Amino acid sequence: MIIILTSKLIGNSNKGSLITSGTKKRPDGRAFDELRPLKIEAGVLERADGSSYVEIGDNKVLAAVYGPRELHVRRLLKPNMAILRCRYNMAPFSVEDRKRPGPDRRSVEISKITTEALNPAVFLEKFPRSTIDIFIEVLQAEGGTRCAGITAASVALADAGIPMRDMVAACAAGKADGQVVMDLSEWEDKEGEADLPIAMMPRTGDITLLQMDGHLTSDEFEKALDLAIKGCKIISEEQKNAIKNRYGD
Amino acid sequence: MLLVEDKQIVVPGEILAEGDYHSGRGTFKEEEKVCSSLVGLVAVRDKKISVIPLQSKYIPKRGDVVIGEVTDIRFSMWNLDINSPYSGILPAAEVFGKEKRELNRAFNVGDVLFLRVVDVDEVKKVKLGLKGRGLGKFRGGILINITPTKVPRLIGKKGSMINMIKDQTRCEVVVGQNGVVWVKGKPEMERVVQKVVKTIEDEAHTSGLTDRIRDMLLELLGEKTEKTTEKQEDKEEDEFEEKLIQ
Repeated sequence: MIIILTSKLIGNSNKGSLITSGTKKRPDGRAFDELRPLKIEAGVLERADGSSYVEIGDNKVLAAVYGPRELHVRRLLKPNMAILRCRYNMAPFSVEDRKRPGPDRRSVEISKITTEALNPAVFLEKFPRSTIDIFIEVLQAEGGTRCAGITAASVALADAGIPMRDMVAACAAGKADGQVVMDLSEWEDKEGEADLPIAMMPRTGDITLLQMDGHLTSDEFEKALDLAIKGCKIISEEQKNAIKNRYGD
Repeated sequence: MLLVEDKQIVVPGEILAEGDYHSGRGTFKEEEKVCSSLVGLVAVRDKKISVIPLQSKYIPKRGDVVIGEVTDIRFSMWNLDINSPYSGILPAAEVFGKEKRELNRAFNVGDVLFLRVVDVDEVKKVKLGLKGRGLGKFRGGILINITPTKVPRLIGKKGSMINMIKDQTRCEVVVGQNGVVWVKGKPEMERVVQKVVKTIEDEAHTSGLTDRIRDMLLELLGEKTEKTTEKQEDKEEDEFEEKLIQ
């Protein structure tokens, strides 16, 4: 909330440049290294083994985890470890024009990269011959849903009691309007020059996902990566609080 | 150097201690640091740190007693759902010995059994058995599923919690280590037990639970005690004993 207040103050007084240390303020009034308002809640679904709900800006994402459970598709089973399966899906009403329901190229890609972003964190070898299923539903989209999805999935995994090395957090950085910024909004994502979503395990600093779309010089890339890592660390703290709040009084 | 307190809630990846500490259940060691791998409560015993999970699935272990439901009958065994990622098998020989009989005469799909885990092999094939006191088929009653890690809390110290529930509601309650609870008694009492068991599951990580459950039971039963007639329950209890003996 404080974040919003300050950005409004900046907007009213037109002195944004002073506060954001010489950089332009963004269309939504944020500083270059500022996240959108973030809210994470764990354990929101009764039927799933673990679940979570994430709001970042106008993104609204729900994640559910089932398992470890028995898998009857024999060819997929691994004798020494569990498998992780992930489905990212956007609701038809999640975007301005109705999205045709069902999997498409984009959602298949995001499902795959989400699985790969979470895989290194989970102790899959503890549950041989079983499966862990993750369902990510985007209820409302506003740029950066893949990061919101990974963040939500990781909280849901923890909520399901699945052993993990660390909780994966994801955040994007990029370049919009000639400036390297953290956590791109939908407008910055579409109109901007580059988008760099990453997922990482904050304790070790291991990056489990890194994608780039657009053009950045290597200096800009370094800067964007640092910003994205900074964003992940803030999100990670919020993830931990969400889990603790579930059981705290 | 210990970085957390006993009974503190931790999350996966949280560093619990550095240096001279051993990693127990629910933790792992990385570069001389003991980290939690689960959401749970820290338990420190001497130099050994464990995390007791708040939520988990049942992983079968040899010697456990579990409650399972028959899901399939095959040529010489039953398949059972034991509320776990791994289904169990009950070989016909465990029930009939060397004698050959038709399997569906003994147990049918949907029957609920109280079993012992005889063996778990390296690919997690779970062999179940019925040899032992009290093991066998349940008739009637209801099933309640809870998280397996909360079973000790439901039973309480030396059975204090479970015995209190049994005495107060006059229901028969059997708890499997896989988190399945079987309850049989008067229908309204079964509902009381269900409510109480769910409360225990939700509040397992808090202290002073037994006292609060006692109050809850008294409150719930306060409305119902007038209707209870003593005689009937004694009869039911005798019936139950008979049923358990196979």
